[in-house]
Parts: sequence; C-alpha cells; structure tokens
Amino acid sequence: MIYLQMFWIFFRLGLFTVGGGYAMLPLIQAEISRYGWITGEEFVDMIAIAEMTPGAIGVNTATFVGFRQGGLFGSVLATAALTLPSLIVVVLVSKVLDRFQDHPTVEAILSGIRPVVAGLIASAALFIAQAAFINPAPSGSVVFNPTAFALALVSGVAVVKFKLHPITVMLGAGVLGLFIF
Amino acid sequence: MAEVGKTAHASKRQSKMRFLLEIFVTFFKVGAFTFGGGLAMLPLFEKEVIENKGWIQRQDILDIYAISQSLPGVIAVNSSTFIGYRLAGIPGAVAAIIGVTAPSLIVIVIIASFFSKFRENFYAAKALHGIRAAVTALIFLAAYRIGKGSLKSLGGVIVAAVAFGLTLFTDIHVIYIILAGGLGGILVSNIGRRGVGQ
Repeated sequence: MIYLQMFWIFFRLGLFTVGGGYAMLPLIQAEISRYGWITGEEFVDMIAIAEMTPGAIGVNTATFVGFRQGGLFGSVLATAALTLPSLIVVVLVSKVLDRFQDHPTVEAILSGIRPVVAGLIASAALFIAQAAFINPAPSGSVVFNPTAFALALVSGVAVVKFKLHPITVMLGAGVLGLFIF
Repeated sequence: MAEVGKTAHASKRQSKMRFLLEIFVTFFKVGAFTFGGGLAMLPLFEKEVIENKGWIQRQDILDIYAISQSLPGVIAVNSSTFIGYRLAGIPGAVAAIIGVTAPSLIVIVIIASFFSKFRENFYAAKALHGIRAAVTALIFLAAYRIGKGSLKSLGGVIVAAVAFGLTLFTDIHVIYIILAGGLGGILVSNIGRRGVGQ
C-alpha cells in the first residue's frame, strides 16, 4: 500500500514540476510532511546530502525518501516513479520534433531559445561560483575564499593546458580539499 | 542457410546489447560526477557524450538543454533520455535513465544507512569544498565553449545578456524566460520574412 502511494506521489512530482530538481524540493517537502514521512529537520539534512553526493538533486531526494520508507525496493520504486514521466514526455516530444525539425516555425523558436539558454547557463555558473568561493564567516557575514578560487584556477589550467579528464580533475580537487580547507 | 541467418541475427542482437551497455556506462559516468544541480553535468556531457563518443554536436547541447528545462522532470534525466532516445529509441532512453540514476541509488542507499554519521563528516565536507571549486572552473569552461559556438550575432549576445540579467536580478521563473525567447524567435523570423517580401 505504501509502495503504491509512494509511486503515485513521485510520479506526480516527476510529471508536474518544471524547472528541475530544485523546483521539486518545496513540493517534495509538502508531500512527505503531509504523510509524516520525514521531519523538517531531516528534510534539511536530506537536501544537504543530496547536494553533496553525485547525481541529480531530484533523483537523490526521491531515492532517499524511498529508502527511508521502503528500503532498497522503495528507493528503486521512487526513482523509477520520478523518472517515468520524463521517459514518456521526452519520447513524445522527440517524436514531434523529429517530424517538424525543418519546419521554419520550430527553427525560429529554437533560434530564439538558444541565446536565452546560453544566458541561463552563464547565470547558473555564477551561482555555483558563489557557493564555491563565498563562504559564511563565523561573524555572520560572508568572506571570499582565495584558496577555493586558486583551486578553481588550477583545475581550469589542468583541463585546458594538460587535457586532463574532468573526472580526474574533480577527484584531484576533492583529495586536495582534504588538505587545504 | 538458416544457421547463417540465425548467427547473423544473434550477432546483430549482441551488438545492439553492446550499444545499450555503452549508453548505460556513459550516462553512469555522467550521473556519478554531477555534483550540484542539472547544470553541473555539462562538463561530463561535453567530455563523454560530445568529445569521446561524438553522439551529439556541441551546438545541439543548447537545444537539448532548452527542451529539458522546459519539460517536466529532472533536467539531467530529461537530457539523458533525449540523447538515449535519439541514439537507440526507447531501449536507448531507458538505458540512459538507468545509467544516470544508478549512481544516486547506490550512493544514497549507502549514505542513508549511515545517515547521522555522514551528516557530521568533517572529511566529506572538505573534499566536497575542493570538488565544488573544480566544478566551478569546469562549468565556466563549458559555458564559454558553448557560448562561443552559438552566439554568432549581436542580437544573440544581447538576448543572452538579458536572460542572464533576468535570472540574476528578478524572480521570474526560468520557464517564462525560455518561452519569451521562443516567441521572440518567431517574431524576428516573421519580420525578417516580410522584409524580404517587400
């Protein structure tokens, strides 16, 4: 019974939230607190863990709630329910796009959207930079973290000049982080 | 003859299975090294899906990202599904979804089992701080390369700058900004066509 309920909740979340995992968080909170599955404090911790661990935020959160409620099977079920709408919607949209790809209106829409997305990517990059370089100080204000900035520069050089794989660079920066922060 | 036909069929099926496995592994890597929201997967997408596999062109990533963000669901899952479907139909889409979500499943299940210990883990926080710094650099590089390839007109640069400002300084939902871009595209192309007609 709880499995059915959980499937239905996460299926709906996957179907009705536009804007990715972060847009999903308030809805997830509303749903799971309605059922009393997780306390408010646990929810905050869960988001912190979803952000700290690899993978999409929405998927991580769904997996977490699913595991708490129904063990391994629950986590697989929640993830499947969350991603099933994507599968259906994306496949339908792909079919339509394939058919009308060369239609002038579709081309016009995409040509207007492309620069917008480039702008969105730039602003998202800035948000991530803020999280990485600006740290809360004990006094309550924020301080710039020069060590993190230097590490970012070194990472950039490692990718551009030395052609290192992004995975190697991320792992290296993680290990360095243990010693320098 | 029937035997030959059967082996040919079997090897075709085998090569299809191998391709699906390749899709799974590629998206597993993307899922395993996406730290933060949907955009954090860009560097991995670029390296694995564009450069190593050549499955999509660099300029296509903007279309895929735009569509993924406008549709319901998790952005990373939507874009993976999109590419998986394009490569190998519905089985490809399923392989991509399983690949990109499997790392979450594995890691979260392990952490959820030791919840309170991880939460206060001093070392995890430090390592993450380092990873975040690297991810910032990687995303800026990806954004630069994508912007360079796609912003070829002055109009495009202006639109990108306006979208950048709107997301930074207002609370307007991203979906409306994307929709406005689409409408703008239709308007500009209609004006262009009428201009040519006269």
